[in-house]
Amino acid sequence: MHIDWAQFTPASALAGGALIGLAAALLLLREGRILGASGIFAGLARPKAGDLDWRLAFVAGLVAAPALAALLFGVAAPAIAAAPNTLIVGGLLVGFGARLANGCTSGHGVCGLARLSPRSLAATLTFMTAGFAAVFASRHLLG
Amino acid sequence: MKRIVPFVSGLLFGLGLCLAGMTDPHKVLAFLDLAGNWDPSLALVMGGAWAVAFVAFRCAGRGPFAPAPATPKTIDGRLLGGAAIFGLGWGLVGLCPGPALADLGLLDGRALLFALAMASGVRAADFALAEARTARLTAEDG
Repeated sequence: MHIDWAQFTPASALAGGALIGLAAALLLLREGRILGASGIFAGLARPKAGDLDWRLAFVAGLVAAPALAALLFGVAAPAIAAAPNTLIVGGLLVGFGARLANGCTSGHGVCGLARLSPRSLAATLTFMTAGFAAVFASRHLLG
Repeated sequence: MKRIVPFVSGLLFGLGLCLAGMTDPHKVLAFLDLAGNWDPSLALVMGGAWAVAFVAFRCAGRGPFAPAPATPKTIDGRLLGGAAIFGLGWGLVGLCPGPALADLGLLDGRALLFALAMASGVRAADFALAEARTARLTAEDG
């Protein structure tokens, strides 16, 4: 393992993480809801009456964030470099898998671990391992 | 009023993702590339988010909005298989659901394509789960 110190950004990582935690705290303490991006999104992909507006509001806030982050913190717009076919396959896997597992990086990886759920710990260890494996395969075996 | 708290929560969540670099697939993939030039930043993102959320869940346990106990409780093939499939897709592109939705704000066709594929994946999983449920009920009837 070789740590890329030039790319390591501990301060913005911790501050960004704290904001993510704050967002989860707000939704939990004021609405009694768990901040899970895949779960919130799934309710939009298969809409149910009366359950839409808070999800839409959450996603609207999320979508507004890159513009505000550019303004407040000077965060440059990231480039999505993957080819269209890769994006389609990746998106299908992410949506399908997160739905089966009832959660993703935010729901299991942040909220689930914060409530000390053994299921979320198992899910987080599994998706991290799969993520490491996918990058290892694509960059070091095939690439 | 009903929509303000979720909107602000989504905005804070998105600001955190942007500031931390999680909306940048390049940064996420550099974290997942243990064997290459590893960028450990995202471990600190998870740690920072975890610490604040941990305190919130402790507070919620005593407040009026205590979260319902997590259901289901078992660690089964559906959980682990789903997490593995999700992780593969995450590692393939470098986007998970939260950052993928935030990136819609970039007005980039590639972000939209990923989000549409993600929605199809969700619907496919719901369909598969409904089919499995029907098959199980039929087997019990028979």
